[in-house]
Amino acid sequence: MKSRTIKVDYLARVEGEGALHVKISNNTVTDVKFKIWEPPRLFEAFLRGRNYSEAPDITARICGICPIAYQMAAAQAMEDAFGVTVDGQLRALRRLIFCGEWIESHALHVYLLHAPDFLGYEDAIQMAKDHPDIVQQGLQLKKIGNELMILLGGREIHPINLRVGGFYRVPTKQELAPFIDKLKWARDAALETVRWTATLPFPDFEQDYEFVALRHPDEYAITEGRLVSNKGLDIAVREYDDHFAEEHVPYTNALHSVLKERGAYLVGPLARYSVNFDKLSPLAREAAGDAGLGPVCRNPFKSIVVRSVETLYACDESLRLIDEYEMPEKPAVEVDPRAATACGCSEAPRGTLYHRYRVDDQGVILDAKIVAPTSQNQKRIESDLWQFIPKHMDLPPDQLTWRCEQAIRNYDPCISCATHFLKLHIERD
Amino acid sequence: MPPAKSGTLIIGLGNQYRRDDAVGLTVARYLKEQVPKHVRVLEASSEGASLMESWKDADAVILIDAVHSGAEPGTLHRLDAHTQPMPSEFSHCSTHAFSAAEAIELARALGQLPPRLVVYGVEGKTFESGLGLSLEVEKAVQKVVERVLGDLRCDPDDTES
Repeated sequence: MKSRTIKVDYLARVEGEGALHVKISNNTVTDVKFKIWEPPRLFEAFLRGRNYSEAPDITARICGICPIAYQMAAAQAMEDAFGVTVDGQLRALRRLIFCGEWIESHALHVYLLHAPDFLGYEDAIQMAKDHPDIVQQGLQLKKIGNELMILLGGREIHPINLRVGGFYRVPTKQELAPFIDKLKWARDAALETVRWTATLPFPDFEQDYEFVALRHPDEYAITEGRLVSNKGLDIAVREYDDHFAEEHVPYTNALHSVLKERGAYLVGPLARYSVNFDKLSPLAREAAGDAGLGPVCRNPFKSIVVRSVETLYACDESLRLIDEYEMPEKPAVEVDPRAATACGCSEAPRGTLYHRYRVDDQGVILDAKIVAPTSQNQKRIESDLWQFIPKHMDLPPDQLTWRCEQAIRNYDPCISCATHFLKLHIERD
Repeated sequence: MPPAKSGTLIIGLGNQYRRDDAVGLTVARYLKEQVPKHVRVLEASSEGASLMESWKDADAVILIDAVHSGAEPGTLHRLDAHTQPMPSEFSHCSTHAFSAAEAIELARALGQLPPRLVVYGVEGKTFESGLGLSLEVEKAVQKVVERVLGDLRCDPDDTES
């Protein structure tokens, strides 16, 4: 009997600290554990007793890469609970800063974290020695996303200018004008990125995912919509808890999310793309087609191409929003708190993010629940590995380990966000 | 004539709310009061890409950060980035995917290191959540300030204003 283990104690090129432990007996995978071992962060507990207006700034602290997603989910939850609608140019500005976050986060992952996997480099630093122009292009794209966040959010990490009801300050049309040329460059660069990523070598690996993403009738959903899947889910955000459950799993500090009826599901770029392909801009759809992607993508390794398509879309959409921008008279709409249960969702770069709060009639938060994209994908990441490893059992140990890490990085897991979360360990005996 | 570079830049790195990780920020705050006018002092989080951006026009950069290498708390490490690669313990403390040490190595690979780059690493004792430096690191602060001021005095580029 031949058994072995694959063990990665510190997964590299992921945000936060996690590990993978795989057990193989008689050439059969007997155990896969994707462990998130960052300590619990207790955000839900210390939101209790705080004012509703503090939720966006407190939850933004959960992630330095995708703070806008947190701020938007929190703000929209409160607005929904208090019967407030933020529309017009305020809504457009929210979409614009969110595009900035998608651009910076996707550029970071595509160029600096994920591309080295496909080109056989240990990291972006090694890759930069042979492909300086590519890395340079990625850094420049990321910078433009960050600059949008600085202009609209006050700063790039944990922005301070978003609030329940809108913003504290809104930009003038003149302040946005310099972004037109930058974003035109970024759009060209993103288009090149789609073409370039499409040439990377992809393993032949497709899964029958249940894709879950927000869907909106008028646009590629980023800030709001209904929760929709390719397997029949179509619910309002408010119905989330009726359909999804979080399960505690002993070996990880992040809760596993499941669809109560069908188990593991997938959120993130692949899910959004496959649910909302028809809502992409014509340019993004055409680039995806030229890159060989159909309207649905089931190969998680191709998420690098899909992220590039979404980056292209975010640049295209930002240009549209800036072109149509007129400075609103007020930076925010008035909000009057009332006792309610508040539910909000946004599409963080890594996938759907859900917030639920219970607030009293003074607007004090009684309890909070936050479900981050990486915790929703954890079970799906493990499922991918259960399927992937048996097909690649003949690889030398270090190659197999590396492939497993790559399979995890397909998800751009944000471990820090998921803890309440990477190391890799493959055991063969 | 090539465009003039913007002189010397001092960058204190860290997270205010992670105890000794704040040492770079603390040193930067003292230095702000004491450096010649043409020397810029920045406080920054250790996010790699913005770091590369912030030093792009500087002739000389002095970086101050907390490190965790196993040495005695308060120990001061001084590295010339042009003569040696960043040791791995210099990249340990960033909560981001792309740390200050990685930014230095990436800039080296891309040929974008500032003409001069000195890194001071102060050995931290505790990186737990909370405010305030440990006694050992607190004691090292003035030593780092003096060393950096010494570097500025020795730098022929900075005798002119």
